[in-house]
Amino acid sequence: MFELSLAEARDALRARKFSAAELTEAYLSRLEALNPKLNAYITPTPELALKQAAAADAALARGEGGPLTGIPLAIKDLFCTAGVRTTAASNILRPFVPPYESTVTAHLLRDGAVFLGKANLDEFAMGSSNMTSAFGAVANPWTLPGDARPRVPGGSSGGSAAAVAARIALGATATDTGGSIRQPASFCGIVGIKPTYGRCSRWGIVAFASSLDQAGPLARTVEDAAILLGSMAGFDPKDSTSADIAVPDFAAACARGVKGLRIGVPREYRSDDMPPEIEALWQQGLAWLKDAGAEIVDVSLPHTKYGLATYYIVAPAEASSNLARYDGVRFGARVEGADLIEMYENTRAAGFGAEVKRRVLIGTYVLSAGYYDAYYLRAQKVRALIRRDFTEAFGKVDALLTPTTPSAAFVQGERMDDPVKMYLNDVFTVPANMSGIPGLSLPAGLDSSGLPLGLQVLGKPFDEETVFAVAGALEKAAHFTARPALQAEG
Amino acid sequence: MSLDPATVRRIARLARIRVEEGELPRLQNELNGILGWIEQLQEVNVEGIAPLTGAEMALRLREDAVTDGGIPEKVLANAPDREGDFYAVPKVVE
Repeated sequence: MFELSLAEARDALRARKFSAAELTEAYLSRLEALNPKLNAYITPTPELALKQAAAADAALARGEGGPLTGIPLAIKDLFCTAGVRTTAASNILRPFVPPYESTVTAHLLRDGAVFLGKANLDEFAMGSSNMTSAFGAVANPWTLPGDARPRVPGGSSGGSAAAVAARIALGATATDTGGSIRQPASFCGIVGIKPTYGRCSRWGIVAFASSLDQAGPLARTVEDAAILLGSMAGFDPKDSTSADIAVPDFAAACARGVKGLRIGVPREYRSDDMPPEIEALWQQGLAWLKDAGAEIVDVSLPHTKYGLATYYIVAPAEASSNLARYDGVRFGARVEGADLIEMYENTRAAGFGAEVKRRVLIGTYVLSAGYYDAYYLRAQKVRALIRRDFTEAFGKVDALLTPTTPSAAFVQGERMDDPVKMYLNDVFTVPANMSGIPGLSLPAGLDSSGLPLGLQVLGKPFDEETVFAVAGALEKAAHFTARPALQAEG
Repeated sequence: MSLDPATVRRIARLARIRVEEGELPRLQNELNGILGWIEQLQEVNVEGIAPLTGAEMALRLREDAVTDGGIPEKVLANAPDREGDFYAVPKVVE
């Protein structure tokens, strides 16, 4: 049952091979057994899941199943869920129970999904390792033989990715501000797509950097990711940046093939310190696409190297503004003080973790009087150049192929001493956020030690269909059948 | 540009985050590390480039009408402290 893809489970449910209750119960008991090891879920919601599964069975009995009826999912704990605690993995939101449902999760519920619980993440989605969660680190289900040290699942959607990889969810919601869907997908050997900015509503998602944040799915196959995105996406008048564009049939695009497509190879993504294994996998990916009928084209994205530094001005600036709302007055935790200001300062000192504080302070500084032009305004101009690079490249090619990350999953605790070193994880993923374009990571192979490595497909704005077509072709060629150690024993 | 302890203290004050004296050296070190790395943007020629604030789309306007409300219990449900239908905070005016 746990080896079925989401599409296969959906078909089996429709054919009544098993009930939604049976599927959900199986996932819940596996979750109970494995979550103590992984810490992938902050708040499991078994009672809610069983209720939703019963409703799904009733709908299926009436022949009214939607695209996700009875499918058990993990929900990143950044999506507000009505009546279910939503923490953003922060102490400051530890007591927060939203009275409303985010638009994306409301779409999933509309389509019949079952929510197994709220998945762990880096605090306020700020991190690349899930080490900044106030609810503890998440273990990657992939470990190495003879090496018991737990590895990071990536971040910020580390709990979502670990849950999907360990088969304690059939799919998951995630968000991506600088790589938070694609990097964990790569580290955990699964598929994740950050769609075009504006494709999924941000309403009801705890905000990090509003001009970059975008929701998307994590799943085990390209088709599963397409099915989930089809449900999550869609115009929402409650988000002023939501795109009023019809949602195409993403799942149908997966098998389209790449015959005649032009695939770009951005030469600036190549560097001397790229591990040879990752370079080799990249070349292998290009060879697979060529074999499938695509034409490989060399392109240039000259401002690539400035993407990360630009990101670390723009994202903290927006975060410092967004996180100003956590003042201990309207929601969340409060720590008293002698006066109002002291109450704010005590509340935020106790409520935010070290990485969040660092980013709020950087953001406050780059927006402060006298520094705004030198940092923030300049970063926005470089951002315009990064975007122009992509626009020019997409004049020549239909999609781009790059590695997703500069390394495989590292050991928990590594790279913690230097924030900048941790930030370098996102070097290949950040440019898509800066320019708003869609990006997908899929598992393409293992490194020599046996850890998964991902390839990234980047597409034109609102052309996720081509991204899915390219990913579908790569998935077929890569035939990635390796399974994480934990999954094998569980 | 390098931040001195007084500047770190000032930024923390602006951000409304209490920072203990003992934390200052570590914070100063980390923030300077990040800012030093960000300095590389100074080498980019941005002359004549219009800043990009987000996706290039026109923001919609909607009719200026009340579309929601009348749910004080829901609005106040997460308040750390309240007085009737109001949020309560420490006394501001003497």
